[in-house]
Amino acid sequence: MANFEPVLSRNFSVPEGHTLKVYESRGGYQAARKALASDPDAVITTVKDSELRGRGGAGFPTGLKWTFLPKDRKETLMCINADESEPATFNNRLLMEKDPHQLIEGILISCFATRAATAYLYIRFEYIDAAAILERAIAEARAAGHLGKNIYGSGFDLEIYVHRGAGAYICGEETGLIESLEGKRGWPRIKPPFPAIEGAFRKPTVVNNVETLCCVPHIIERGAGWFKSIGTPKSYGPKLYCVSGAVNKQVCVELPLGVTTRALIEEHAGGVWKGRKAKAAVPGGISMGLLSADELDVPLDFESLRLPGCLGLGTAAVTVIDDQTSIVDYLYNCCRFFAHESCGQCTPCREGTSWFYKTIKRMKAGGGRLQDLDVMLHMANNLGIIPGTTICGLADGAAWPVKNAITKYRAEFEDYIKTHQNSAALPTALQERIAEGVRGDVDTIVLPVLPAAGVRHSPGKAADAL
Amino acid sequence: MASPTSPKAPAAVLTEGIRQRILDLLPRYPRKQAAVLPALHLVLEHLRCVPYAAMAEIAELLEITPAEVHDAMSFYGFFPQAPMGECRVWICRSLSCALRGGDELLEHACQKLRIEPGQTTPDGKITLEFAECLGICDFAPAALVDDGRIFGPLDEAGVDAMLDTVKQGRKPTQAQVS
Ligand SMILES: Cc1cc2nc3c(=O)[nH]c(=O)nc-3n(C[C@H](O)[C@H](O)[C@H](O)COP(=O)(O)O)c2cc1C
Ligand code: SF4
Ligand code: FES
Repeated sequence: MANFEPVLSRNFSVPEGHTLKVYESRGGYQAARKALASDPDAVITTVKDSELRGRGGAGFPTGLKWTFLPKDRKETLMCINADESEPATFNNRLLMEKDPHQLIEGILISCFATRAATAYLYIRFEYIDAAAILERAIAEARAAGHLGKNIYGSGFDLEIYVHRGAGAYICGEETGLIESLEGKRGWPRIKPPFPAIEGAFRKPTVVNNVETLCCVPHIIERGAGWFKSIGTPKSYGPKLYCVSGAVNKQVCVELPLGVTTRALIEEHAGGVWKGRKAKAAVPGGISMGLLSADELDVPLDFESLRLPGCLGLGTAAVTVIDDQTSIVDYLYNCCRFFAHESCGQCTPCREGTSWFYKTIKRMKAGGGRLQDLDVMLHMANNLGIIPGTTICGLADGAAWPVKNAITKYRAEFEDYIKTHQNSAALPTALQERIAEGVRGDVDTIVLPVLPAAGVRHSPGKAADAL
Repeated sequence: MASPTSPKAPAAVLTEGIRQRILDLLPRYPRKQAAVLPALHLVLEHLRCVPYAAMAEIAELLEITPAEVHDAMSFYGFFPQAPMGECRVWICRSLSCALRGGDELLEHACQKLRIEPGQTTPDGKITLEFAECLGICDFAPAALVDDGRIFGPLDEAGVDAMLDTVKQGRKPTQAQVS
């Protein structure tokens, strides 16, 4: 690791690194020239050989995905997924703000490989500066002949359009993104057909994450062997890791795939803040679940995170939770997020996420019952595409924090429930009876007196925050 | 809608300029409907809201029904019917920010402005909203203004200073600068 050379972030601290002039002066667009002088299939083969896996969350092999496009297709579209909304993730933002031409070069090579002449860059609305920087970079690239008609005399044409989202997490899911791009509500589609067969506007479509595409020029330039010399088995290449939460320095650093959470905290984030210890850490965005303090030496790569029961690497965005934070507060925050972001089309997800939220809210307010924990676990085990009850993976992401937190911190939950009983927050007699299977009698229904709405409260107190 | 007795069509909400900018987007997409989101953003930028009449006019331009525009519009919870303040401020409440006091800072901002999340100050300067992760967790606890300004890491004094700055008005956009 000592001689690891960052490539994705190599222009981040270069003055004017976002301009075409500086990018070209540092060897930019040479990989694209090399690729466009060869054959699309040769490019796909190189990417396949590099075993590059998607950085958007699922870790699907990129080259393989490109080969799923029908051989006899008339037209291909590319969608660049820049919706980056997984809590704690901000590496795509930096890639776009600091080195937009690297991304454009990656798009250009990938579109050439898949023969896509139109690319839609779907960027979340909140990336206001990034969108403006990209628009300018695209105009620059176009004026210099890196985009447009007959690029480098190869006969290949490409246009890139920036398309801005409107604040919905679910539009990061690839088919939600496609529906949103088409001008509809961002409801994920039932798969198959996968986008490679029938995607945007019913045409074969490639969807790739920003960071995935940023890896491509380097693979073309340095070769698949170089890429595979970095990382751990089945998880090759460099990765931008984000660290935030209870650390001294919230950062994004480029490292070989497979570093540990502990190394990130100690060597790059300046340690846990306020001299505290880490109690737990989220390994890759909140959908991926939770690592306990004993599991911080698990390599953050695509394969290893299954061992401690996490969903996967996700976006490799680590959130550190310190030992003064209640695990109930952590889970409350996660459940609130998914209840807010479920798109609502699958009943188990729509009802399940809001039920998780209501339950943990009641528990937090002092109305928890020990049996709630088992009901939550049971629910979590039946929610998502893994048990096969929903259309998309948001539901799995909602279930995982519940599963991991309750299994790994059960004693703390039980203790919290027992020591925080507040009669005003407990379920009403009617709710208890319904839970026991007794049907409510209209005449005996007494409307519960709800506790006054509490002030907004999160685990970190603003007063001692800084 | 137009009956023979109706006097004359109500004045258009969309200016000729906005209509043209929407029409200019159409060649980018195989279907006109794809311009719904960009069109809604254009209207929001100019009117600070998206009234029903604007939706009907967008529908006409894109040759779809007003219901289709409304369906997409209402999904996002992003396009208010009544005008927003001059600056729209989002305070993040997702995990990395919350671990550093995000929720209390939102509460503090509400108290300071005497409004609830989603409301606008009586002077029309600020609309305050909560947000899920804004993708600026390196600034956690963080806030974002809809002109691109990022504030963070915030504490109560930082929120006060931010609100004072934002009350001064919007940051000039790049287009205005160059
Ligand atoms: C709920 C949900 C949200 C997602 N959000 C994003 C996102 O913001 N950015 C992203 O690149 N991928 C996101 N994904 C993954 C995409 O569906 C898709 O796998 C990815 O964009 C493919 O690109 P890749 O192979 O280059 O990773 C999300 C998936 C789900 C289920
Ligand atoms: S799982 Fe949830 S977010 Fe995904 S499609 Fe179903 S309801 Fe929507
Ligand atoms: S968690 Fe607040 S900006 Fe990401």
